Amino acid sequence: MSAPAILHSPKKTDPSRELALEFLRYMAMMREIEDRIERKLYRQGKIVGGVYVGRGQEAIPVGVGLTAEPEDVFCPSHRDMALFLIRGIHPRQIFAQYMGRVGGLTRGKDGNMHMGDMSRRIISIISAMAASVPVAAGAALALKYRGARNISYCFFGDGATSRGDWHEGLNFASVQKLPVVYVCNNNQYAYSTPLSKQMACANVSDRAPGYNIPAEIVDGNDVFAVYDAARRAAEHARAGNGPYLIECKTFRMTGHSAHDQAEYVPPALKEEWAGKDPITRLEAKLAGEGWASRKEIGRIHDQIREEVDAAIEWAEKSPYPEASELLENVYDRS
Amino acid sequence: MQMTYLEAIRQGIWEEMERDPDVFLMGEDIGIYGGAFKITVGMLDRFGERRVIDTPISESAIVGAAIGASLMGLRPVAEMQFADFITCGYDQIVNFAAKCRYRWGAAVPMVIRAPSGGGIHGGPFHSQNPEAWFVHTPGLKVVAPSTATDAKGLIKSAIRDNNPVLYFEHKALYRRIKEEVPEGDFTVPIGQAAVVREGSDLSIITYGAMVHVAREAAETLEKEGISVEIVDLRTLAPLDEDTVLASVRKTSKVLLLHEDTLTGGIGGELAARISEKAFESLDGPILRVTAPDTPVPYSPPLEEAFLPNAAKVTERARWLARY
Repeated sequence: MSAPAILHSPKKTDPSRELALEFLRYMAMMREIEDRIERKLYRQGKIVGGVYVGRGQEAIPVGVGLTAEPEDVFCPSHRDMALFLIRGIHPRQIFAQYMGRVGGLTRGKDGNMHMGDMSRRIISIISAMAASVPVAAGAALALKYRGARNISYCFFGDGATSRGDWHEGLNFASVQKLPVVYVCNNNQYAYSTPLSKQMACANVSDRAPGYNIPAEIVDGNDVFAVYDAARRAAEHARAGNGPYLIECKTFRMTGHSAHDQAEYVPPALKEEWAGKDPITRLEAKLAGEGWASRKEIGRIHDQIREEVDAAIEWAEKSPYPEASELLENVYDRS
Repeated sequence: MQMTYLEAIRQGIWEEMERDPDVFLMGEDIGIYGGAFKITVGMLDRFGERRVIDTPISESAIVGAAIGASLMGLRPVAEMQFADFITCGYDQIVNFAAKCRYRWGAAVPMVIRAPSGGGIHGGPFHSQNPEAWFVHTPGLKVVAPSTATDAKGLIKSAIRDNNPVLYFEHKALYRRIKEEVPEGDFTVPIGQAAVVREGSDLSIITYGAMVHVAREAAETLEKEGISVEIVDLRTLAPLDEDTVLASVRKTSKVLLLHEDTLTGGIGGELAARISEKAFESLDGPILRVTAPDTPVPYSPPLEEAFLPNAAKVTERARWLARY
């Protein structure tokens, strides 16, 4: 399945401009897909299960994801949809996944971003936060075992860092000097629980020195800053120096899931972060640098909307799985 | 070649590591120390730190890392130092490993070795038989060998299998049993029970160390004119229902025996299946001989009272034969 035309990279004549436009295409595509999912398809009852989006956090999967090589491993969190787009998963597969259709990556066996594809080196998340952290270490171990110079990228939220798995995984990876880049989207809330009730230190990155893992804090709503930090992190891990942690400060601009109105979030806080929207900031930069006019940016959004319309149409035509598939694939028979 | 159960496991792993460079080991104290039970002695010297990895005391990390490595096509064999500690990696096993294939089609070719069972004065945290938790989890395979030959053949099958396999090895058997094990490379298929003693009056369905208890009971009963058939399940998930039902249909009476505690144990599942599918063949109630619903106690008289033994089995079997 080929990617939508809008996501094909053009020839790089002006690298900074081309990269900025690539950021925009992926971030805007993720935003558009998730807006349709959360604000339309879910409310229409076409998506019956959980909806967890990354609105306001798009700079993180895009800024990090575009530093990766194709053979690197991604362990996305549930708010990192752009990683799938970067690896060539088509928006229509994502819609079908959400709608429980056979066109989704799990053929209806699971929903939302609970999906993976080892042929694209994406390991599926499970609902228990941080469970992917030791798994990412194991993937990195396999890369090192085979002498590859590839790395694994492990994504999680601030809440996940309260779990024992997280600590065990970081410790193991550091002891074994495994090539893992940890990417925390610190969006300041774990469901309704603010960071202050999640941990007694100020930053997630404060936890890294205990494992002798270098860490840095980055503005998670500035895609350029995220990209630069991820490049530093990847270089460190690729060179055989062990894991590296990036803490991306951001904010969850939605509820925990689509049913959650997030009334526990102080309005002023949400307003403050609304002013730091990563796509708005990127577009201002594009216009300010003379890389793209407002009109050109508008055309990108138009094209994305068209692609997304077509993707939804495709997904709605994708059939539901037959009930007979229920019993299939409990075991691998190969 | 005469071999202990422990040596058979060791040799099975060793041969698989020689055969397939993707097989590697992870666990606590398995390298320089050779493992708490010395299963992995010499492997660090032979295969090096790359393939014999001493880990921190982190069962969740051990299992999780095994999952990640197996998703990438390696074949990790992870050791839980004692089966009792498997609880610390429970989420990784039941929520991650077991569901990958079903959810998104990814194979997870990994083995978790779990030294289990009582009779070694290990007390409540070094004696448990937690296999039923995992039998209840779709997507896992669970094996529990009772002989040295099966121990070797099943560890090889487990390593070659493309699913997460839990390998429960009974600690009390490590050095207590010794037998002739076939030379060379052989496997014992996962999912096949074995009739290890033919008989006509009643069937004892069991596995692990209790196979030996059943044999002892059968010898006594034979002298009393009661002919006992013994089915060694060998694999607990997926269950070899056909072999169990065939034995029940042959003898018409069945005693289910396990060292695990009673409630929610595999005996209950077997009883239900036998009742559903071989009810017409039954000439008596389905009996269970198991440990009682208590933690495993430490003091010898308490532990002895806890564990099923030949005397307890013989007594119940006599009653059933007369029924």
